[in-house]
Amino acid sequence: MTITHLDGGFADLARDAAHAFRAALQAMARPGRIEAVTGAAPPAPCSVAAGALLLTLCDTTTPLYLAPSHDAEGLRGWITFHTGAPFTGPEHAMFALGTWAALQPVTRFAPGTAEYPDRSATLIVEVEALANRGATLTGPGIETQAQLSLPETEAFAANRRRFPLGFDTYLTCGDRLAGLPRSTRVEG
Amino acid sequence: MSDTDYNFAYLDEQTKRMIRRAILKGVAVPGYQVPFASREMPMPYGWGTGGVQVTAACLTPADRLKVIDQGADDTTNAVSIRKFFEKTAGVAVTERTAEATIIQTRHRIPEVPLTEDQILVYQVPIPEPLRFLEPSEVETRKMHALEDYGLMHVKLYEDISRHGEIATAYAYPVKVEGRYVMDPSPIPKFDNPKLESAALQLFGAGREQRIYAVPPHTRVVSLDFDDYPFDPSKAPHACALCGALDSYLDEVITDDAGGRMFVCSDTDFCASRRGEAA
Repeated sequence: MTITHLDGGFADLARDAAHAFRAALQAMARPGRIEAVTGAAPPAPCSVAAGALLLTLCDTTTPLYLAPSHDAEGLRGWITFHTGAPFTGPEHAMFALGTWAALQPVTRFAPGTAEYPDRSATLIVEVEALANRGATLTGPGIETQAQLSLPETEAFAANRRRFPLGFDTYLTCGDRLAGLPRSTRVEG
Repeated sequence: MSDTDYNFAYLDEQTKRMIRRAILKGVAVPGYQVPFASREMPMPYGWGTGGVQVTAACLTPADRLKVIDQGADDTTNAVSIRKFFEKTAGVAVTERTAEATIIQTRHRIPEVPLTEDQILVYQVPIPEPLRFLEPSEVETRKMHALEDYGLMHVKLYEDISRHGEIATAYAYPVKVEGRYVMDPSPIPKFDNPKLESAALQLFGAGREQRIYAVPPHTRVVSLDFDDYPFDPSKAPHACALCGALDSYLDEVITDDAGGRMFVCSDTDFCASRRGEAA
């Protein structure tokens, strides 16, 4: 046990979480929009944005899967101290954190059930770059179309074909994040 | 005042996280009702406990909140919820639709088109559009899973055969993004076309423990038939105060001798048109 775990949480829990959630909500409601978040200082290799999502959404009731890219002792300790989220395998995870490569195959994450499609995983994918170029997005939350740099398109297109089942995704890069709900159609 | 007595926006953080997760899943599956562990609030069921919990989970200190009850900012329900958040969250409030960042509403959509930066939070009494046709939650959940909405069309057809038209005037069922049939809460069907909006719309049902959402620019179609197309309908009058011809009107009884007048239900819209400071 090292005391470094204790640092890096929200300084003003309620207000910082409120701001982070609003950014996360706008991102999920408007795929293609890139939002900035602050207030979290998680240990490497976790980004500020991914850390803020964990602090805002995870607690003792949300099993979390750390992909090999993020399964580091320092990060485990930080998550346990600040959220209490239990660690689990990919099949039972409500949230999963890692790089896109480390999270593969993504088909193993819970897509929900026909009667309860909300019982599905949310992936937090750390990416090298996040910009409004690359894949074309259409669907709910998008007026005409939007562009977003995705780690790949086929997996997200396949995820959309299962609608209303499927996982939902946050892409995080530094202090910025973007949302990609299962309802978004992805091309190119 | 707000710093010491309550956690920001009243609810504890674990409750907010639970509600926030439900809201995000609702946004990801437009029109689908996400179950959530609704809390007891310091107001009775039927007074907007679902909407209040959704608003509490979404508020930030930078927000400017507007609360309306059937279009009016000055009714008991609206005033008490606005005061509740002034006290527990210390947020700014307004009666101007255009100035608000979050609008909590009971049974109306403001007349002025909402923008990208606004969130509309509905108070919902019965979230299940099929409930009065099928009382069992097990069955209605199965019907949504199978996209089995024939019963709703039978109901609308029976309306036509009995009344010559679809007689549903409020809580008129809609289909969201071609998948889920959704109850838009008891808004007049006049407001249904406004469900396709630039703003994010969130629905909270406290007693029934459901949250659902319509993201911006989502396709929302009022159910109808080719030969009986949806008609938003409206009282054939102008507002007696501001003269508007295109707003939703309340009929107000003015005396004991049958006197009456029609006025805008949206008080801010009406006052703005009359050039008054709302």
